[in-house]
Amino acid sequence: MILNASGCLDALTAPAVARSLDAFVTKTVTPLPREGNAPPRIAEVEQGMLNSIGLANPGIDRFLSQTLPRLGELGVPVWVSVGGFTVADYADLCDRLDDRPEVEAIELNVSCPNVDDVPGSVGEIVAAARAATRKPLYTKLSPATADIAEVALAAQRAGTDGLSLVNTILGLALDNHTLKPRLSRGAGGLSGAALKPIALAAVYACYAATGLPIVGMGGIASGRDAIEIVAAGAASVALGTILFSDPDAPGRIRAELASEMAALAVGEADNVIGLAHAKTTAASETAAAAAALSVQ
Amino acid sequence: MRPERARVTGGEQIGPYTLLRVARGGIEPGIPGQFFMLEAPGRPLPRPMSLCLAPPGELEFLIDPIGPGTRALCALQPGDELAILGPLGNGFRLDVERPLLVGGGIGTAPLPYLSEALGSPPAILGFRTARHAEAARLVPNAEVVLEPTYVTEAMPPGHDVLACGPEPMLAAVAQLEPAAQLAWEAAMACGYGACYGCAVEVDGELKRLCVEGPVLAAEAVAA
Ligand SMILES: Cc1cc2nc3c(=O)[nH]c(=O)nc-3n(C[C@H](O)[C@H](O)[C@H](O)COP(=O)(O)OP(=O)(O)OC[C@H]3O[C@@H](n4cnc5c(N)ncnc54)[C@H](O)[C@@H]3O)c2cc1C
Ligand SMILES: Cc1cc2nc3c(=O)[nH]c(=O)nc-3n(C[C@H](O)[C@H](O)[C@H](O)COP(=O)(O)O)c2cc1C
Ligand code: FES
Repeated sequence: MILNASGCLDALTAPAVARSLDAFVTKTVTPLPREGNAPPRIAEVEQGMLNSIGLANPGIDRFLSQTLPRLGELGVPVWVSVGGFTVADYADLCDRLDDRPEVEAIELNVSCPNVDDVPGSVGEIVAAARAATRKPLYTKLSPATADIAEVALAAQRAGTDGLSLVNTILGLALDNHTLKPRLSRGAGGLSGAALKPIALAAVYACYAATGLPIVGMGGIASGRDAIEIVAAGAASVALGTILFSDPDAPGRIRAELASEMAALAVGEADNVIGLAHAKTTAASETAAAAAALSVQ
Repeated sequence: MRPERARVTGGEQIGPYTLLRVARGGIEPGIPGQFFMLEAPGRPLPRPMSLCLAPPGELEFLIDPIGPGTRALCALQPGDELAILGPLGNGFRLDVERPLLVGGGIGTAPLPYLSEALGSPPAILGFRTARHAEAARLVPNAEVVLEPTYVTEAMPPGHDVLACGPEPMLAAVAQLEPAAQLAWEAAMACGYGACYGCAVEVDGELKRLCVEGPVLAAEAVAA
């Protein structure tokens, strides 16, 4: 399954791109409307970009009354990303989405600023959200933590159905001439190619620890990148920064992934999930595939 | 929405700027003031560029090499290929009675195509140096002013002003002509509303310039 990464596509301004996905994930919705941070709030760096958008969104009221009905008409399953500043915020947001038929799943963005990122608090957020909704819950984690598998286990114990890995990691870029931060806020979230090895490590660790379905993201820009994150343990792949330079990326990467799979002769896509964890002494088909992976 | 791969057919040095020519292929030139996202070879993100001219079978972009992306674009050679997405955004309204084009520096870029669409109306262009002012030859009927003279000092009253240039120039034009149409700039990652990076204050709210603009009514923007 190919999705967009939250905050990296507006289905209402680019419906054709949204329709090329297996599911559309909204930008994170918060209890109140947010304008986001002052510009400049994006800066390109050598292997990716920084953003300090600051969760610009219409707030849950306007989202439910205006945005969601229009998203429902697109004909693409809709995942709603929610973010709050207290545990109660998350419960409230999930409660209000629970009876909306347009919503296929909820992504809990527990990796936004001002929300404590320690396992206990992720566990509390997920537990509160779990109690508020029957919709499938995906918990989106930050890679900026000492032991992400431990956070993932806390989310699992609290009842998450899956994990979204990973969110951006803080980075800083300085202006060439003035040596001042290029973003008005100073640091911003690093995404794109630079994030890929970090994302692979997070997916690898969380798959081994939890076995939960994972939406893998972070610098995925080609079919090769996609098959790698799937091999690390992702069941689905989300595209973020690559959509900015290539809105046609979902179709392209789907096709590239198919040829990567054909070259590996692994049969169904599901056979690749977690392949990086397989012992070379496993079933012959998997072993051959693992060998093929290692020579490329 | 698919970026087209376009082939570079040539490049011409005009003062410090490069006029990059690419084969048009299936790309529509769009309305003057609209822009395209151009792949900047070797860079993660594309760069927004106004269309400068659209001769038969080609598209031309006037590029100021100020950083890594624009320098990579200016270094393209005939035969090289690049991905181009567009036309994007909202261009100038062309239903104006007494048009006056006003440009500052690289803000001259969209004016040749705009001038063509409006039948070569008068233009006032401001530049930092005589070398930068070489770009004025792309715009017919242009009067050139050089710093320390500013375009606003040379603007005759009673015209429908269509302007593009650095922010302080646009702010000064807006003061003089609240009904002017102004083409703004902002850092852009996507150009099609996906990243929310290009926020500018429009009607007192932060909005996406690539969706609402880049051409905005002067009175809508708090300069
Ligand atoms: C709608 C739109 C249309 C545009 N049309 C054109 C065009 O036709 N021709 C053209 O040359 N440019 C145009 N630009 C500006 C161009 O997109 C930027 O100059 C370019 O993205 C800079 O990329 P870079 O990697 O070269 O420099 P960056 O690394 O992004 O910037 C290098 C340095 O220049 C500063 N800087 C960035 N942008 C500007 C700027 N506009 N003016 C002065 N300093 C700046 C940065 O702060 C930095 O210090 C347009 C922008 C927009 C939004
Ligand atoms: C401009 C921008 C805005 C983002 N906004 C959000 C957001 O609102 N909520 C969220 O959970 N993640 C957000 N992200 C993070 C992405 O969803 C994704 O986790 C990250 O960018 C890594 O993927 P990529 O390298 O493919 O971009 C944003 C990323 C970018 C670049
Ligand atoms: S440039 Fe991405 S939203 Fe405008």
